[in-house]
Amino acid sequence: MKRAGATLLVTVACVALLAPFLAPNPPERRFQNLLYAPPTRVYIRQGGFRAPYIYEWRMVSRLERSFRESRVRPVPLRWFSDGRFVTAEPDAGAPLLLLGADAYGRDVFARVVYGSRLSLALAAVAAMLALIVGAVIGAVAGYAGGRLDDLLSRVSEFVLVLPSMYVALALRAVMPLVLPPSTVFVMLALIFALFGWPIVARGVRAIIASERQREYTTAARAAGAGPIRVLRQLIPAARGYLTVQGSLLIPAFILAEATMSYVGLGFPDTTATWGTMLQDAANVTLIVDAPWILAPAVGIFAVVLAVNLIVQGTGRAPVQLEK
Amino acid sequence: MIAFLIRRVLFAIVLVVFAASAALVLTRLAPGDVTSQLGPGATQAEIAATRARFALDRGPLAQWLSWAGRAARFDLGESFLYNRPVSPLVRSAALNTAVLAIVALVTATVLGLSCGVVTGSRHDTFAALIKAASFVSISIPPLLASLLLAFVAARTGWLPVGGMSSVNASEMSWGTWLSDVAWHLPLPVLALALPLAATFERLQSQSLAEAFQQPFVLAAVARGVPRTELILRHAWRVSLRAICGVYGIAIGALLSGSFVVEYVTAWPGLGRLMYEALRARDIYLVAGCAAMGSFFLALGTLAGDLLLAVVDPRVREADAT
Repeated sequence: MKRAGATLLVTVACVALLAPFLAPNPPERRFQNLLYAPPTRVYIRQGGFRAPYIYEWRMVSRLERSFRESRVRPVPLRWFSDGRFVTAEPDAGAPLLLLGADAYGRDVFARVVYGSRLSLALAAVAAMLALIVGAVIGAVAGYAGGRLDDLLSRVSEFVLVLPSMYVALALRAVMPLVLPPSTVFVMLALIFALFGWPIVARGVRAIIASERQREYTTAARAAGAGPIRVLRQLIPAARGYLTVQGSLLIPAFILAEATMSYVGLGFPDTTATWGTMLQDAANVTLIVDAPWILAPAVGIFAVVLAVNLIVQGTGRAPVQLEK
Repeated sequence: MIAFLIRRVLFAIVLVVFAASAALVLTRLAPGDVTSQLGPGATQAEIAATRARFALDRGPLAQWLSWAGRAARFDLGESFLYNRPVSPLVRSAALNTAVLAIVALVTATVLGLSCGVVTGSRHDTFAALIKAASFVSISIPPLLASLLLAFVAARTGWLPVGGMSSVNASEMSWGTWLSDVAWHLPLPVLALALPLAATFERLQSQSLAEAFQQPFVLAAVARGVPRTELILRHAWRVSLRAICGVYGIAIGALLSGSFVVEYVTAWPGLGRLMYEALRARDIYLVAGCAAMGSFFLALGTLAGDLLLAVVDPRVREADAT
């Protein structure tokens, strides 16, 4: 189970890294006559077997968004040409749309692949921030004890109680609504980290507080080490906990980004992320006619499932309750 | 127990006051205010009058003081967006959210616990199937679940998608209106309840399996207690403690999840209202929603703690000392 989860997670990360290689088309390219075109069918038979080829989608009715294949001329697929794994003959006018096209005629598959970069990067950065802040505060609270510990523990408990989604929404909504993607990235990472740290701090505090009773701490102190030096000896004890907690935060943050972007408070909708792509799905009739616009949901599902598989054995509460 | 209750009630009051005040001040400090809703044609005089009406021409502190003074008498001010007092708006939205959340919580509890008892006590194909299903649905959080269910419902036409009642609801008699709402309820409830039920199932399954390791179960087996009774009366009761421990957190997750479900399925609840209010910078409505939301949250965590005290005598005694 654990290995299956890790494999899945690594696969998603590789897809994000290799996005320019895997995507058959650039994510921003608009195919004017292919709005909401269904996924391109790939054929391998014509009489006998032959190299994979596709047919061009011809729009039958713009209003009904219906398409039919023009069977006149097969378009061969090109492998490993200009830095792409597979793509259609560029001049043939028939792009390879593995998961169809969206409202602007953009390649959904390419956007899911490219969108994973921003979604994953944001989640990873925010999780890193939350881990660092949480570890520092938790370690200080656990080591100092007494009043400082009380104060820090109360603060983190208070933040834990707040329903994170609402406060995140409120914090984001009070900023200017239209911002460039890089500003949004930093801002969302900070907001998410603000909600991630108390969980980390609580766990680290408990670990450090119990490690402090051990002989090696006394030994370090007897040898004349100051508090910072001693803490550096203690923090490795929390490493296993931090790994698990970090991997739990990532899907939670991916989901948070998706939710914020979905309601229009995340990235601007020209930027491809899993959340902005789901905005189209707000229209129910569109989902019925063009179910492929739900593709980013599969990406989110894959990450959540992977992390659940990984943490299953560690006896921790599943992702749902960690938010 | 009394001291414990008093402490929790005090905490609840602090939470509500803090959340509402923070929401008010944050919205006040945000760029732009409610006058942008007047449209480009508004004259300077109109803008000034609106700002005066909502006390936006005074400093944040003065505004907060006057709001707090009135809020203490349960007067939450007026909404610009709806041009009505905030209290009835928030109350009806809160009722809708409460209906959704309570039905979802009950569904999740019944479904999750019964499935968990099966998977925790049996090791056959049936239990394995439930386990697999729960693992999949635990990975489908409310955002994905509501999109997926909306897709299925729209495709098959089995359930209406969106809203809490049909368009002609106002002409319906009381009975038909109620059945109409009941018809709109399953989709958002399932979207909210399925992931939670799966979480409960996993926890129940683990804790029941752990309870079976305890010596008193072995003693009961030795006494010849029948298997069904053994599971339900001995092991299950002990295993409930783990579930009650997460109930408080589950209610927070339910509130967070209900926002996105309300948004996707157009359920007229607190989450939607707060979102609209935030976008319009409808300052008193934001504060009202925050107060109501944090009140729910405090109520939920309190209920979770009480439940834990009922099930686990050790909690009661620890608080007594």
